[in-house]
Amino acid sequence: MSEVRVLVGTHKGAFILTADGKREKWDVSGPHFAGWEIYHVKGSPADPNRLYASQTSGWSGQVMQRSDDGGKTWAPVGNEFRYDGVPGTHQWYDGTPHPWEFKRVWHVEPSPADPDIVYAGVEDAALFRSADGGKSWEEVSGLRRHATGSKWQPGAGGMCLHTIIHDPADPRRMFIAISAAGAFRTDDGGTTWKPINRGLRSQYIPDPAAEVGHCVHRIAQHRSRPNVLFMQKHWDVMRTDDAGDSWREVSGNLPTDFGFVIDVHAHEPETVYVVPIKSDSEHYPLDGRLRVYRSRTGGNEWEALTRGLPQQDCYVNVLRDAMAVDSLDACGIYFGTTGGQVYASADAGDSWKPIARDLPAVFSVEVQTLT
Amino acid sequence: MIRVVLPPHLRALALVNDEVRLDVPPPATQRSVLDALETRYPMLRGTIREHGTQRRRAFMRFFACQRDLSHESPDALLPGAVADGDEPFLVVGAIAGG
Repeated sequence: MSEVRVLVGTHKGAFILTADGKREKWDVSGPHFAGWEIYHVKGSPADPNRLYASQTSGWSGQVMQRSDDGGKTWAPVGNEFRYDGVPGTHQWYDGTPHPWEFKRVWHVEPSPADPDIVYAGVEDAALFRSADGGKSWEEVSGLRRHATGSKWQPGAGGMCLHTIIHDPADPRRMFIAISAAGAFRTDDGGTTWKPINRGLRSQYIPDPAAEVGHCVHRIAQHRSRPNVLFMQKHWDVMRTDDAGDSWREVSGNLPTDFGFVIDVHAHEPETVYVVPIKSDSEHYPLDGRLRVYRSRTGGNEWEALTRGLPQQDCYVNVLRDAMAVDSLDACGIYFGTTGGQVYASADAGDSWKPIARDLPAVFSVEVQTLT
Repeated sequence: MIRVVLPPHLRALALVNDEVRLDVPPPATQRSVLDALETRYPMLRGTIREHGTQRRRAFMRFFACQRDLSHESPDALLPGAVADGDEPFLVVGAIAGG
């Protein structure tokens, strides 16, 4: 019998929600790391019982946690993230130079093949790698040392590296995204990187089509088509079919194309999900109605999914790492809100129900399908 | 024997329920106490002092004997009552929020 494990990072701890393959009855464990901000929890595809968690606090900084038993027990691992060499400066909000300073880990991405290899996307934006199960971390410094690095600038949430995608067809290729620098790709295992932002247009930077400076909120990929990526930018939903060499807008009939999350159906690579948010200054659903939008055509044509979601007086946000899918035959979709709800759909989005209602503000949601 | 009181979030991280008692060779200073604390509880490294520079993290404070020692030199002698174990060395998260 299959089992689904949902890993939820919140403002005040981590929670683990489990159910059998029917996904009807959910057990909730937690809070783990109570009182700490848990930006992200993710399991290793190579060993699903190996989990990594980013635990952080404004008082005490960064802690990394590891579980080897699916989240029943945890142990702190290495928490020293030291930039390679003299870090230099990036742009501050007003365009002045600002020193690179480590603040926190936003996203952990275990290797698809080796549970001891894990990547961490951090603020101020950089990529780190551990090859010993998180005990020690080394910067993948070719990214931050890219010639455009001194031009990167923070978005409203900070200058965070929030998306890390391993190419399932090519272990030397990886995609990352930074708010607000844009998307980057390596084809040589991280030694060199290229910005992949052609086609993006952002009105909040002096040159709307600049090589870097775009506030990318999230990128998603279906593993059967690694050259096809979907992006929720600050404004605009985008798509590339050539691994980021060129992007085109697929916002289509969305009521607003601002948002944070984006994800792809586990078995239908042209079925994409977003949660439109009213605007960059009003971070809640349009008209107080929480609607997931689904496109079955790879973008442009979107349908609102509302059954089971609040359709009045709803003013929560859905943050960039807070949507995930399972890989059961009837694909499950999950997302968490800043109001502390985790909603799940066991029918690819047709209907929804809350599987947790009153958690602290949800930062991240990941799903493991266990067999 | 030097007594150290940690804030709740660090007690949880270090898996301790009460104050910590440490054997610290004299002289008792912030540095020697925190070095001993981090040796006993390595998971606390980087959470009270920054990695590398060993500077006190900005939102952490050190109190003892009704005094704020946060801005003392890390190598200054701690009060005799702390060195003798009569009073604890308090690691405190700065007050924030409403």
